[in-house]
Amino acid sequence: MSTLQNPSPAPSPHFPDLPRADTPKRQLAHPGRWISAVIGLALLALLVRAFAMGQIRWDVVGQFLTARVIIVGFGWTLLISACALALGVVLGFAFGIMRTAANPTLRLAAWLYVWIFRGTPVLLQLLIWFNIGLVFPRLYIPGLIDERMVDVITPFVAAVLGLGVNEGSYLTEVVRGGIGSVDRGQVEAAHTLGMTPGQTMRRIVLPQTLRLILPALGNSAVGMLKFSSLAATIAMGEMLNAAQRIYFINGAVIELLFVCAIWYLAGTTMLSIGQFYLERHFGRGAAGSEPRKPWFRMRPRRAAV
Amino acid sequence: MSLAVKAVGVRKSFGSHEVLKGLDLEVAYGEVLCILGPSGSGKSTFLRCINHLEVPNSGYVWVDGSIMGYEPRGGVLQELPVARLRAQQRRLGMVFQHFNLFAYRTVLGNVIEGPMVVRGLRRAEAEARAMQLLDQVGMAGRASSYPAQLSGGQKQRVAIARALAMEPSVMLFDEPTSALDPELVGEVLEVMRGLAKGGTTMIVVTHEIGFAREVADRVLVMIDGEIRETGKPEQVLSEPRDPRVRTFLSRALS
Repeated sequence: MSTLQNPSPAPSPHFPDLPRADTPKRQLAHPGRWISAVIGLALLALLVRAFAMGQIRWDVVGQFLTARVIIVGFGWTLLISACALALGVVLGFAFGIMRTAANPTLRLAAWLYVWIFRGTPVLLQLLIWFNIGLVFPRLYIPGLIDERMVDVITPFVAAVLGLGVNEGSYLTEVVRGGIGSVDRGQVEAAHTLGMTPGQTMRRIVLPQTLRLILPALGNSAVGMLKFSSLAATIAMGEMLNAAQRIYFINGAVIELLFVCAIWYLAGTTMLSIGQFYLERHFGRGAAGSEPRKPWFRMRPRRAAV
Repeated sequence: MSLAVKAVGVRKSFGSHEVLKGLDLEVAYGEVLCILGPSGSGKSTFLRCINHLEVPNSGYVWVDGSIMGYEPRGGVLQELPVARLRAQQRRLGMVFQHFNLFAYRTVLGNVIEGPMVVRGLRRAEAEARAMQLLDQVGMAGRASSYPAQLSGGQKQRVAIARALAMEPSVMLFDEPTSALDPELVGEVLEVMRGLAKGGTTMIVVTHEIGFAREVADRVLVMIDGEIRETGKPEQVLSEPRDPRVRTFLSRALS
């Protein structure tokens, strides 16, 4: 403290042996990090060895990894996931906006949707969509459509409806929360400029909501890719279903399940990378927005303050 | 001297707490009115009632030829559809204490938003006018910056340009310098001084007594939801008649 009161550049007489300003500095050694790295590598080696020595024919895994049936199945997996996610996002925004509406009928309708579709298992919903023809044998809309329900609700349509409508109920709550976290002042500013509720929602609230909920949407996309495997139970020939049909014949159960795991991991990894760039793109203009570094480039994160 | 704003018996309660206890006010075109008063006296609520961001529980505000939010019809005040209310609100430019700039729009994007979306101007036209306004508030050089990159004083100057871009009949300022670091207050007051000199009708809720003394045509002191004193700044600020106004001013000036 005495140095603070003493502006003289010379070392304080109370501390005659203080080091010079250009004294070199040495970093802390962090031996714990090296030890944990060694232990981690050892455990990993053990795990790899266990699987390598285990009852898995890795050549079969390699052989089926690029089998045509599996690739086509993965294509269906991607298509179901994309369609169901798109449906879920549309429903989520529609009902999420309704949840914040001034009109109580709209609010109640959206609440009812969430209550039903978030409150029952998605597998159950898939089975009900797939068997909806038992309730409504014909789909009849005057002047538009008149068909047998089983012809309309194919396994693909049932999968997309089941997964999409269910996801929509979760996203409704996400969107409602996102709209609620947009600063009230932004809305007031829009009102004082004379923007109508519709203009305010479209131009000011929704673009900010989208930024707020992007991480949640990324979660949804990753989740959807995995949940699409449930469609295997309603005879939809996506990847897991294709793998099952193969191992019922050749008995290579674990090998084909591993093939699926590898493809699912590849898919979710690509989605995570896409999400990172999407968030960075929409993050421009945000407070303190220096570009983040991708986690997959393995740079150290800045310490939390 | 024609009337721009007239408040008639404006009352407002939040729950059981009565914030505004029946306020009357007249502001003429070209007039600069400063509203002073201690924190919690209802100044900001009153200003927000004028542009209908808060709806008065009773009484009403007449602006520029019509009653805000209502239409007299067969002896009652009929509530207006929201689109017609917004058309009224855009005639009142509002500057907020916390700026409320659109976070993900550039400075220029903030200023052209209202003219393009609400007034239907073409982009080129809106941008040309916006650049003039940004020049007027000294922010033309930062047109492509985002709000997060600006200081508080710069944000507030952009907010003023954004409000002016709607070509309002009256400008409302809700404690425009209260959220600023002391050294940034001057640049905002300078812009407001320029507007006042240019003949803009202004209602300014503020704690800057020096600004009120210098720029206001009239000052009004609110305490506990009532107008305690109103008049020329030199009279009200130097020789207040009301004892509570005298106490408030002596505290504020010390």
